[in-house]
Parts: sequence; C-alpha cells; structure tokens
Amino acid sequence: MKNHMRVFFDAKSENESLARMVAAVFFAALNPTVSELSDIKTAVSEAVTNAIIHGYEGKEGIVELYCAYDDKKLYIEVGDTGVGIADIAKAMEPLYTSKPELERSGMGFTIMETFMDAMRVESGKDGGTRVFLEKNLCEE
Amino acid sequence: MELNFSKKGNILIVEIMGDIDHHTCHMLREETDRNFEEMRGKHILFSFQGVEFMDSSGIGVLIGRYKQIKGLGGRVAVAGAGEKIREIFRISALDKLIPAFRTKEDAVLYLEGGNQN
Repeated sequence: MKNHMRVFFDAKSENESLARMVAAVFFAALNPTVSELSDIKTAVSEAVTNAIIHGYEGKEGIVELYCAYDDKKLYIEVGDTGVGIADIAKAMEPLYTSKPELERSGMGFTIMETFMDAMRVESGKDGGTRVFLEKNLCEE
Repeated sequence: MELNFSKKGNILIVEIMGDIDHHTCHMLREETDRNFEEMRGKHILFSFQGVEFMDSSGIGVLIGRYKQIKGLGGRVAVAGAGEKIREIFRISALDKLIPAFRTKEDAVLYLEGGNQN
C-alpha cells in the first residue's frame, strides 16, 4: 500500500503540534504501535522546531512537511527555505546548539536519529534545509 | 498546556498538563521561574503525570532550571514521566542530573534529602 501527502504551514511555533498531529493521523492508517507513533511525533516536532528556530530564526517563512509510506516503510521530509546550516556535522553533534541563550538543548538531531531508522540532512548557507527521515514499522 | 503550582515544605511542585514543545516551553519556563521566586522554595519537583508528549525543548527548560537551582543549593526532580519521555531523559543524559521517580512521594523523599533512588 502506498500513500503520500504534503502540507505547507507558516513557521509559527503554534504549528509544531499541528505538524506532529497531522503526521500521526496520516501514519495511523498503518496501525503503528503507540511507541512507534510517539517516535514519529517526536522526530517531526524536532525537525519542524529546527526549521522555525534555526531555519527562519523566528522570522516569517513556510515549512513543508511531506509524509509517505510504502507498506511498512515510512518517509518523512521537513523542509524550509531559510538560512541553512553552514556546518551540518557540527549541528548534528549531541548537545551542540547555536542558540544556547534560548535554552536549546542541542539534542534535536540526536533524538531524530535515535527514534528513526535513517536520517539525512541537505543544507547549504542561505539555501534552506531539508531533513529526510525513514522508519520501518515492525511487522505484526 | 496547563500548569499548577503548589508548595510542600521548601519544594515547589509544578504539575504539568499537556504537551511540552518549543511553543509551550516558554510558559513552563517563565511561570516556573515566577512561582519559584514568589514561593521562595529551595527545590523543584516537576510532575509529568499529565504530560503525554515532550521533545528536546523540554530538556532545555529542565537543564536551565537545574543550573539555577543548583547554584542556590537546591535540587530538581521529576515524577510520573512515561516511558518515552524517560527515554529522552536517558538519551540526553538528563537523568544523571535530574532523577526521575515513579511517584511524587518518592521524588519528595529525594528532594528532602532521603532516598537517592
């Protein structure tokens, strides 16, 4: 069974819960476990928060959320057209944050990596950022 | 998100109901700091019984409170967090700084200087 969807929303913090709920409802068709659904919601929340805080730095912008599945394999992409990440390897280090003054923990990418089966980031200075996530749901 | 504040001895108890994310963590941070100052407590206990979702924004708020309270000679503990939230505590090593207890009673014992569990 294949399916996909794409939504665009303003880069506003109140849309973080909207994004993870939309993803959860979309993937609910596959009967994921409560734990799997929680992993998906957390990963989406992290990626969307990064787009809002770091991609657009709190300014106006549009965040794209793409979700798809092919049988039990899930694909999620979160994209922005913001400032981009100058040093992706540095950004992915656990506990590294470019915004310590906002009490950010620097754990976003680590949590995405832990809760999903694959993660990839495409970004460039002023070229926006796109996070690719994959997860295999357990077979019943 | 809804927050309830109460005091038991010198412990400020923060009951959190709702999701903790970047959007709601501002309220959690500001209200906790305001109540801590007003109530003149020493320790903080965050009750997670009513929290179904937390992302890394919550880690930042908890570590921020931990640093403040530690500087004043106090301690921070968490009670009632679900399995997924405890996993986030473990991944970020937050559990090394802020112990997570099953019940509020156990957390209060720790904060009062008793049980180290």
